[in-house]
Amino acid sequence: MKSLIDSGTAATVENPVAGIDQTKGDFTYDVAYEFDAGTGLSARTVDYISSVKKEADWIRAFRHQALQVFQSKPMPTHWATRDLENIDFDRIRYYLASGQKPKRTWDEVPEDIKRTFERLGIPEQERKFLAGVEAQFDSEAAYSNIKEIVAKQGVIFVNSTEGLREHPELFRRWFGKVIPTGDNKFSALNSAVFSGGSFIYVPPGVKVAQPLQAYFRINAENFGQFERTLIIADEGSEVTYMEGCTAPKFSTATLHSAVVELVALKGAKIQYITVQNWANNVFNLVTKRGLAHEEAEIKWIDCNIGSRLTMKYPGVVLKGRKARGEVISIALANDGQHQDTGAKMIHAADETTSNVVSKSISVGQGRATYRGQVHIPKRLRGCKNNTECDALLINTNSRTDTYPAITVRGERNSVQHEASVSKVSEDMIFYMQQRGLTEGQAMSLAVNGFINDLARQFPMEYSVELKRLIDLEMEGSVG
Amino acid sequence: MTATTASLAPMVGAFTRAAFEAHLASLPPLPEWWLARKRAAFERFAALPLPIRTDEAWRFSNVAGLTLDGFALPAPARAVPFASIGISKAARLIFANGRLFSREILAPDLGRRGVVVDTLQNALREHSEVVREHLLAQPARLGSGKFSALHEAFLVDGAFVHVPRGVEVELPIGIFSFALGDGAAVFPHTLVVADEGARVTVIDYFGSQNDTERQLAVGANDLYAGHGARITYVGKQDWSHQALALQSNSTVVRRDASVQSLNLHLGARQARHESHSQLQAPGANSEMLSLTVARDDQEFDQRTLQIHQAPNTRSDLLYKNALLQKARTIFSGLIVVDPDAQKTDAYQSNRNLMLSDEAEANSLPGLEIQANDVRCTHGATTSRIDPEQEFYLQTRGIPKRAADELLTFGFFEEVLNRLSQDDLHAALRTLIQTNFTGEKVAR
Repeated sequence: MKSLIDSGTAATVENPVAGIDQTKGDFTYDVAYEFDAGTGLSARTVDYISSVKKEADWIRAFRHQALQVFQSKPMPTHWATRDLENIDFDRIRYYLASGQKPKRTWDEVPEDIKRTFERLGIPEQERKFLAGVEAQFDSEAAYSNIKEIVAKQGVIFVNSTEGLREHPELFRRWFGKVIPTGDNKFSALNSAVFSGGSFIYVPPGVKVAQPLQAYFRINAENFGQFERTLIIADEGSEVTYMEGCTAPKFSTATLHSAVVELVALKGAKIQYITVQNWANNVFNLVTKRGLAHEEAEIKWIDCNIGSRLTMKYPGVVLKGRKARGEVISIALANDGQHQDTGAKMIHAADETTSNVVSKSISVGQGRATYRGQVHIPKRLRGCKNNTECDALLINTNSRTDTYPAITVRGERNSVQHEASVSKVSEDMIFYMQQRGLTEGQAMSLAVNGFINDLARQFPMEYSVELKRLIDLEMEGSVG
Repeated sequence: MTATTASLAPMVGAFTRAAFEAHLASLPPLPEWWLARKRAAFERFAALPLPIRTDEAWRFSNVAGLTLDGFALPAPARAVPFASIGISKAARLIFANGRLFSREILAPDLGRRGVVVDTLQNALREHSEVVREHLLAQPARLGSGKFSALHEAFLVDGAFVHVPRGVEVELPIGIFSFALGDGAAVFPHTLVVADEGARVTVIDYFGSQNDTERQLAVGANDLYAGHGARITYVGKQDWSHQALALQSNSTVVRRDASVQSLNLHLGARQARHESHSQLQAPGANSEMLSLTVARDDQEFDQRTLQIHQAPNTRSDLLYKNALLQKARTIFSGLIVVDPDAQKTDAYQSNRNLMLSDEAEANSLPGLEIQANDVRCTHGATTSRIDPEQEFYLQTRGIPKRAADELLTFGFFEEVLNRLSQDDLHAALRTLIQTNFTGEKVAR
């Protein structure tokens, strides 16, 4: 076990939102783990996790079946990057936890874990504007709290382990229904070894005014985090969920492979905000999909700044009439990073609409990829999709790709896709330099201007932080 | 190794080693290098698997329709169903079932100016160096490796057009390729080389006797535009509606040269068209145009690649599909900007007009950009006729049916307008309009 590594660059808790500054998460604490599934993946690993969690037989069987699917599926390198082959599944630790039950008050949280989250500003956040917060440390939630007023409305906000134990009928009804085990190799892996993540249920008509937040932290080297989140918004309800992620930079690669399922019942609205800022040796391979019933609305706001390789294509299955899906995506790829992000819009009912806006910035030798799918099957009418992808290339050797796939059947629907690639205009930089800005400042301003219309859709604290981060990333990118 | 032979059978279909040897025996003596290449191509063809559903280059394609069984190299034809579309030509080559049927040099000064319009068989003897440099010289990068190898192995004859330095051929050169008879397999090829500053227009026609014969057409063309040259290429694909057609176009554009190609897709049961444009030197320009009328159960599968290999190059792609009945179309395009190909200006647009509730349009417009000082955009739309435009025409007393037809013609016109030659534009407009309204054009 490593001793405390303090990079000395980590900011203090006054930083308004956890998990955005790239350097801020770069520290670890030596933690004595009570539960450790060891290294490598086998049926025994699955049994260990299931036994530690004292799970019901059906969920144990579900895990074993998922493991078989994972083992039988090839890596998707026929379309995805070959960097995936560098993941060594035998060297990963699949389950690490200090305890099974999350603490309900901050004082109960063990000292070493508390220090981690205090440095990242979690308790500050909670006091300020969150309706509830959950903080996951490696495999299990270390702290989980929901404001009384929200709990009184009948809102359930617990981790997935508790969700399974305490609300089995709700959980089981939707679990794995939006993203089946066999959806892809990594959703199968998650289904086999999942631990942690949030379970949220919002009763009919309840509008949760403040966002619920989850915070994910990887602390141990060679660790794989596999959280599983399920959010159910019952008829006419509304909820906003935010997640942030950080990890220290280890010398070996780390794997994060989450599955997130959203269910918006009739007329419900779910907004899911992610600010992903893993250290840049984390493989971040995440499957996220929502099921929108009649007149429901699911909106993914996805911001990817960290990780070595991110592959994430949030999707919405538009199942009910007049359902609406939206993906707003910002990706920033710096040297050594590949942000392979995008969106999936599967139309399955009349008059469903979807909108995808993606903006990416490639800095240095960074590579940003947009991959999208829009599908409108036979016999539907009045479906619409609009997709816009803009890429900004900062340096001469920066790289961007766009790979959309659009299928439309029938004449009563309409789809449009547009993409553009550009660099920051020299005239613009020159003008700003005339006004006394340095070239670096001018570049930051131009890049912030490029994403401004999307950044405004983030909660205030996030968008301010995003701007600051871009300033940081732009430093030294010119010249 | 009987097991190997047995497992090979479905891979090669009718194009067995015995069929290949018989094909070689039927040819006049070939230059050593070409014979060696054909033999190597056959080995490649036999070794490569047929595309399967999970091949990314064949995504959305009906791979089950790619059968090579039940075809044969046809006997020479005695007559061809030829009818002019009314454009004056400088020269005309007619091929039937892969062999030369007739060759007419109509502009008397062509030979004097050094322009060669001949068969590949003759060119292999008389212009061996030029042919060797350009014939099938570019790699098959769009997925049809197996079919390109099949084409090279079984290529009987094709057209060779060579325009020397500074020569401008005013009238188009017409090349006709016909597949005649049920089960006929043909491998048409057109090679166009325009030297420095040369200008030429080539029209390639592909057709069958009727729409009921089951045929296989595996064609290719090579266009090479040297320094400052200009090539205009029009391809009209009108194979039998029972044909499986695979065509691969390769375009190389050198410094300050310009190539405009327009492909009209009307025929075949399943047609795959791959178009690969390489912009190799500064000032190179490639315009890639396509019009498709997809009807009944037809599938048109178009794959394109625009590769910018040098700074200051330009490419512009516009592919339009009109879909009727149960037709399917696939457009998969990719713009690649190599590192250092700064100041690239690349455009790619796919428009699908849905005229039926059972048609299916797939669009995969892609970009891979590795240089930052570029202007690259793409767009794809799929929709029906604009109801407001339709309504406007109706308020002017035009019945809905006629209004829809006019608006569809307007949809095609945007592509045809790109042609700078008026008579060609008019002829193609007539062709596509009559085809669209369902009256088959006199062949």
